[in-house]
Amino acid sequence: MIDTALSADVRAGRLGHSTLRPDGVAKVQGTFQFSGDLTADGVLWGATLRSPHPYARIVRIDVSGAWKITGVEAVITADDVPGVMTYGLIDQDQPVFASDVVRFVGEPVAAVAANHPDACRRALDAIVVEYEVLQPLTDPEKAVDGSFEAIHPLGNVFRQQRIVRGDQTIEGPIVVEGSYELGMQDQAFLGLEAALAVPDAGGAGVELHVATQWLHEDRKQIAACLGMADEQVRLVLGGVGGAFGAREDISLQVHTCLLALRTSRPVRMAYSRQESFLGHVHRHPCRITMRHHADHDGRLLRVEARFVFDGGAYASTSSAVLVNGITHAQGPYKCDNATVDGWAVRTNNLPCGAMRGFGVVQACFAHEAQMDKLAAAVGLDPLEVRLRNAMETGDRLITGQVVESVAPVARLIRELAAMPLPSEPVGGHDLNPMRLPGGAGRTADVGNVRRGIGWAVSIKNLMYSEGFDDYSTARVRLADGIATVKFATAEVGQGFVTLAGQIARSVLGVDEVVLDQIDTQVGSAGSTSASRQTWMSGGAVDGACRLVRERMFERVATLHGLDPLGLVIEGTEVVDTVSGLRLEVSEATAGIEFDETFEHHHRPTEDLDEFGQGNCHTAFAFAAHRAVVDVDPELGLVKVVEVATVQDIGRALNPLSITGQIEGGIAQGVGLAVMEEIIQLNGHVKNASFTDYLLPTFLDMPDVVIGLVEEPEPQAPLGAKGVGEPPTVSSTPAVVAAIRDAIGKDLTRVPVRPTDIVFG
Amino acid sequence: MSEPSNLVYTLHVNGHASDVRDAWLGESLLYVLRERLGLMGSKGACEQGECGSCSVLVDGELVCSCLVLAAGAVGQQIITIEGVAPAGAPSDVQQAFVDAGAVQCGFCTPGLIMATHSLLERSPEPTEYEIREELSGNICRCTGYGRIIEAVQRVAVARRGAQ
Repeated sequence: MIDTALSADVRAGRLGHSTLRPDGVAKVQGTFQFSGDLTADGVLWGATLRSPHPYARIVRIDVSGAWKITGVEAVITADDVPGVMTYGLIDQDQPVFASDVVRFVGEPVAAVAANHPDACRRALDAIVVEYEVLQPLTDPEKAVDGSFEAIHPLGNVFRQQRIVRGDQTIEGPIVVEGSYELGMQDQAFLGLEAALAVPDAGGAGVELHVATQWLHEDRKQIAACLGMADEQVRLVLGGVGGAFGAREDISLQVHTCLLALRTSRPVRMAYSRQESFLGHVHRHPCRITMRHHADHDGRLLRVEARFVFDGGAYASTSSAVLVNGITHAQGPYKCDNATVDGWAVRTNNLPCGAMRGFGVVQACFAHEAQMDKLAAAVGLDPLEVRLRNAMETGDRLITGQVVESVAPVARLIRELAAMPLPSEPVGGHDLNPMRLPGGAGRTADVGNVRRGIGWAVSIKNLMYSEGFDDYSTARVRLADGIATVKFATAEVGQGFVTLAGQIARSVLGVDEVVLDQIDTQVGSAGSTSASRQTWMSGGAVDGACRLVRERMFERVATLHGLDPLGLVIEGTEVVDTVSGLRLEVSEATAGIEFDETFEHHHRPTEDLDEFGQGNCHTAFAFAAHRAVVDVDPELGLVKVVEVATVQDIGRALNPLSITGQIEGGIAQGVGLAVMEEIIQLNGHVKNASFTDYLLPTFLDMPDVVIGLVEEPEPQAPLGAKGVGEPPTVSSTPAVVAAIRDAIGKDLTRVPVRPTDIVFG
Repeated sequence: MSEPSNLVYTLHVNGHASDVRDAWLGESLLYVLRERLGLMGSKGACEQGECGSCSVLVDGELVCSCLVLAAGAVGQQIITIEGVAPAGAPSDVQQAFVDAGAVQCGFCTPGLIMATHSLLERSPEPTEYEIREELSGNICRCTGYGRIIEAVQRVAVARRGAQ
């Protein structure tokens, strides 16, 4: 499948070149329209009334007060949902509006539309909801053991899955075990949830401009709730200010459409930051216990693990996150025997779903801590124990699946180990307090600060799993030397709009590529998630371009009496390798249009059986990280000095974009390691703001050193693996390992808090 | 000339006097810029001065427009992202952000452009520490900041070379 001729082609704008974003100038000038910037004549504002309780019965809702507020045009509740009352990506268990029971703080109960955001706010204040407050289920273990009453008709367990492989009796001469915990991380994209819904005349349909990761899946769920056919609901991608998983689920989509249809006017909705924390799904908090059995040489004999993912109030993608977590329990290491039990459960905490790394972040934090424990137990260097177990292509996962992907795990580790350590001492060569733990607070005493180094390696599945055909579609038209590319792929910042142009230029030999509007007027692209769009939508654009090229070659061959199989693209020319005839693509396509649509499907995958066996995943990518940290053990403060990484990428289609994905992914991994957590007490959220939820700033972000391993992936249409998730997966355990190295404590929980360092 | 009775106050934005009508006096400068004057380039992402996405210059000072009352900025010169350079003719800072790969989703970008212009005005050749500290009021969730630091340094070098 790999067109090796392209590999050497680094002509500007082509594959392999660090082509710049087509939307870059608009974004730096502030003219790029994000979904929150969209408005329309006669537009109304929408707003949502949310539950203040984690678990309560709704006794009565009285909306009459809202109608007395000047400017209010609509007030809606569950009674106003014309179609299906619930939605959800896998199981439709989440109400559009709660009507009988609220199950998390922030659950929507009603919505209003008015002529000013403050009229909306006053209207929400005027709605009276009488609740009978119930004791919430906040401990996921009580959902696992069944000791708490069902808080939803579908019960408190989203999914339980075992993996049983090989010899269950093997006990190692070396046994290491540990219990690990991860807090709830927020995606914290900058561009808050926002949408503009414009109703068709007579309410025959609706057009929704929205920031989302998956237009067609949104449309399916919205149409069902509106009681409409899919064709009556048209979605257009509003400019997306980051996503990271949080826009895979429905948030304000149905509400905005309902208000627009009710008022027969355009309606804008835009969440506040606080509302955003409550209104989208998060990374699952998780508790993991692991026991690794190994021989005296440190070779893994068996892994035992138990995972409990707290999915919060509604299902979202919890069942898939669970499978990702448990099927990656062994990490990027050979292991023939395993016993893994996993649960994803319902509680009255905030709902959780997709976030960059999707279950594998949790698994990796645990298995990498275990590998360090194993190294210590057998007296090996942490890298040596990893090298001895390093997975290779052809090895089997604990699901029995053969890893057919390129798996350069040992090479990643060796190349990472060969990278020089940062030369600067604690505090930097000029002893700048900004480089000490605590930074601008200038609290750390350089004499107390200890440096640590930690390592972590990861395996991450690419694309969707368990039998899901997450195909992608692209349509390409070529006329007069200009290619027009149409797809529904959500551009969320990752740069698919750049890559699509590079593919079209490379395959078709054109310089000018026009990207059509991203909407539902073409087939689905699947979700911008699971590191899948370079592979899937890249494959779709590539496929459509190849069909167009074939048609063009046939035409040129017919006109000039040539064999189409002898034709190739060189630069912007069609070249006949037999006769040497050269023809500009613009000439070859003058006055004629070629128009082709292509769907790219990855190979089929299977469900897991009751023992967790089956070829459930599509492909895999690997990464290795090394973190260097400075820690003040008395103050409990950490300065992450540097994160170095070597990543398995298949092929660098746009090196600048890859750098951005890796640096950005590491930032989120560092955030989870040392600062990011949504804190809930008895179901109530304590830090739903950027003042209280800490995100890495310029001052927190370490230097990043990047090495790329390019071994083209035979399964991938362009030879390239997705690069978005691996940087987030193993950077977190590397940072924590470095802190452990500095202070010699176990540190079994992320984010690592000052109290963990001082008192842990 | 019929002066409308709903004129509330006048702001000086990007060199023009802009009348603000129908406004409630409690509206933030960010809200008025976006919703009353149609200048959508300034972004709101936290509403409490933590993220810097809404950064504008008021009498030359870099401020979070979400924390400034619009009515309080009467009589002051306000520069927004739209006033940095003409559409289609980016400033050196803007172009450097594009060229260095400092833009992904782009939501934080207008605020960072404002902060970078302000920084380089005050400190034409900032050290890396200085860049990090000066821009630490602007949060970016996509890039991990590396390409942004690169962009700022490129501008500093280019400006020095141009002198």
